Amino acid sequence: MDAICTEGLTKRYGRARGIEGVSLAVARGDVFGFIGPNGAGKSTTIRALLGLVRPSAGRGLIFGLDIGKDRERILARVGYLPAEAAFWPGMRVREVLRLSADLRRRRCGKAAEALCERLRLDPSRRVEELSFGDRKKAAIVCAMQHEPELLILDEPTGGLDPLMQREFFAILRERNQAGATVFLSSHILSEVQHNCSRAAIIREGRIIASGSVKELSRTGAKRVSVRGAMDCGALSGVRDLHTSPGSMDFLYGGSMKSLLRAAAAGDIRDITITEPDLEEVFLHYYGEGGGGA
Amino acid sequence: MTIFRHELRRGRAAFLIWTASIAGLLVLCVCLYPEMKSEMGAVGDMFASMGSFTAAFGMDRLNMGTLTGFYAVECGNILGLGGAFFAALTGVSALAKEERDRTAEFLLTHPVSRTRVAAEKLAAALVQITAMDLVILALSALAMGLIGEDIPWREVLLLHGAYYLLQLELVCVCFGLSAFLVRGGAGTGMGLAAMLYFLNLAANMSERAKFLKYLTPFAYCEGADVAAGGRLDAGLVMLGMLAACAGAAAAFIRYHTKDIH
Repeated sequence: MDAICTEGLTKRYGRARGIEGVSLAVARGDVFGFIGPNGAGKSTTIRALLGLVRPSAGRGLIFGLDIGKDRERILARVGYLPAEAAFWPGMRVREVLRLSADLRRRRCGKAAEALCERLRLDPSRRVEELSFGDRKKAAIVCAMQHEPELLILDEPTGGLDPLMQREFFAILRERNQAGATVFLSSHILSEVQHNCSRAAIIREGRIIASGSVKELSRTGAKRVSVRGAMDCGALSGVRDLHTSPGSMDFLYGGSMKSLLRAAAAGDIRDITITEPDLEEVFLHYYGEGGGGA
Repeated sequence: MTIFRHELRRGRAAFLIWTASIAGLLVLCVCLYPEMKSEMGAVGDMFASMGSFTAAFGMDRLNMGTLTGFYAVECGNILGLGGAFFAALTGVSALAKEERDRTAEFLLTHPVSRTRVAAEKLAAALVQITAMDLVILALSALAMGLIGEDIPWREVLLLHGAYYLLQLELVCVCFGLSAFLVRGGAGTGMGLAAMLYFLNLAANMSERAKFLKYLTPFAYCEGADVAAGGRLDAGLVMLGMLAACAGAAAAFIRYHTKDIH
């Protein structure tokens, strides 16, 4: 049984775009990346999974339980980290953490303390005094202190400094090794590439590709860097071309034979052909005006 | 009970301020009564001869020279309006404020049913109203004792009871509104309370506006009717309680399926 499974999940908001026919399968124990630019529908999908909004069509299961009917049973097993956490002013971090634990009818004091220590969060501070990053940390502790089987994280690293991001992903890996499934939504591709084994890409409310992160990075396109000059005019499949005196650089998705022929005809001192990283692939193949996988 | 306790803690400051303000003003008014009484001859005539203004506040049917008459008018304005504002605010902010401040997301991503969230919030609002009314009644009675007057218990209890019912009605109706709003709604709640108050004044002033009595809970709190008749208008109260039930029911139904953003 998958940790998350959706079929044709759709949410329409009048004229504003929601999500359309989102089908996902996240296996238990996966670290699954959910990539897309801001406003693509990542948060709407998550809100539907958590039962905050009712889907207009389609269905979703978490641990085999229906997201519409079994909301409470699902939420008892899920930890959710919102993109922008909000708490009640006047409360101390410790009180927020206890409130969260009480709502789950759990005692999480020890786990909360350990997490606060690792994230360097002072639980005696008042929430309105917290910086954006510290509020994020408090939300991370809320999402993790009850040791959920599934972590749903919406843009988790926003506001965290690089050291804290490293600590956060270290905690995430530990939880994953202990059996937790992680669903990580992000618009930062390197984050997904480094931390996730599988991913889905969402654009304008629709899933446009999904698979293993390695597979998604492999579009057949290569990053070509040339020292010297060659004529690219006749080549089809050239994107993101940068030329400067004595060098050129582009993404190439056409036939290798034509590329080599053009290179041989040019005046070339050096050429490197490498796999592009996911970031480039995303920008030029899944991004604005991109043609899909 | 977690949300119930949390709500009471969140509402503590507002509760203390409103209770202290209303009770303070009411006690102050009661303490002014002995002085009023001694000058009542002239003042009473004046109050009784202000035309429709006199009628609006029911002063044509009450004797401002007695503690009952005086208290019915003063109580109507202070406890009536103050209590209505507090009740409306408490009810209307219960659900909508969480959405405006985005804390609804925090609550509703915990394993608690929405029905439970709404029920505990409504219970907390009702407890606050009840506690406020009890404190105000106790302090007001204490003040009447202190100025050396015999307390007209029947009338006082009836008046306070009527205002308690009015607040219950407003809390529930505004709680219903709260489930439909997404941005706080404090203005909506206060506006509704003020409008209902003025509807009653209008109903008192003109025969042609009499039908407005059926729209506003202030109608069954009318000091003149309560003090003179010695009982509440059961029909109007029933109508009010029906509105309260409808408000609360609408809140539960709407909140159950509401999209939270």
